[in-house]
Amino acid sequence: MDKEEVYKMATKEMELKEKKEIKKEAGEGTRPGPVFVPAVDILENEKELIVLADMPGVDSKNVDIDLRDNQLTIIGRIDEIEDEKEASLYKEFHWGDYFRLFTLSDVIDQGKITAKMDNGVLRLVLPKAEKAKPQKIKVTAD
Amino acid sequence: MAIIRWKPIDEVDRLRQEVDHLFGNFLSGTEPFFSRAYPAINLSEKENSFYVRAEFPGVKPESLDISVVEGRLHIRGERKIDVEEQNTNYHRREREAGFFRRTIALPAKVDSSKVSASMKNGVLTITLPKSEEAKPKKITVKMQ
Repeated sequence: MDKEEVYKMATKEMELKEKKEIKKEAGEGTRPGPVFVPAVDILENEKELIVLADMPGVDSKNVDIDLRDNQLTIIGRIDEIEDEKEASLYKEFHWGDYFRLFTLSDVIDQGKITAKMDNGVLRLVLPKAEKAKPQKIKVTAD
Repeated sequence: MAIIRWKPIDEVDRLRQEVDHLFGNFLSGTEPFFSRAYPAINLSEKENSFYVRAEFPGVKPESLDISVVEGRLHIRGERKIDVEEQNTNYHRREREAGFFRRTIALPAKVDSSKVSASMKNGVLTITLPKSEEAKPKKITVKMQ
């Protein structure tokens, strides 16, 4: 996608997309309430893989990222947002935790992973390990 | 006997109409009860205030325009997603950008000069203090 296309996307009117809920049978959580699939962008350049995930309501201290055997797990837990004394009058969406699992095809340098939460958006940078970086192989003619 | 094909979607519509009817003119005049507009909102109340909340991950407070005019709350703005540097390939692109506008009819009068809004972890909370006449009044029953 080039910059022009990205710009065009930014000028359209947004439509409502229902939050995608994970059905509990797939692996029961220990906390009550729904669990949603966060919308993500995944980008790759020569050096790293970048994951951006929308997790509104999640504070940086409540994000768990786990990478083992190429399985990347992202968990975001929300803090209580509404005051107990509030009475709900009208509800179009539910609050809930976030969970998403990816299988990575690149070898990641685990020690250099960085994660940052900024206003409900997780930015996870996964640097590729040396051997996964593309290497030019010279082809020699006889 | 006429055979009418049962269409589940009609049932949903019928249910929606019933719910609309049940709530009468609450929130009516602007949008159907089950709105498909972005952003989705939640409305709640305490004794003295209403609270409207919406999820705005990554939306900067300065790109939001919030106002209350004649009992209606207007939320407008734009969600921008930064374009990453060159030589980057997108494998997935689920997060959306664009502009939005939404109007919500408030269930009672609010003091529009005291409305405030705050953003925390991508959640917008708009606090709308009720006007004096909209606050609940305790009525004591006198014994005769």
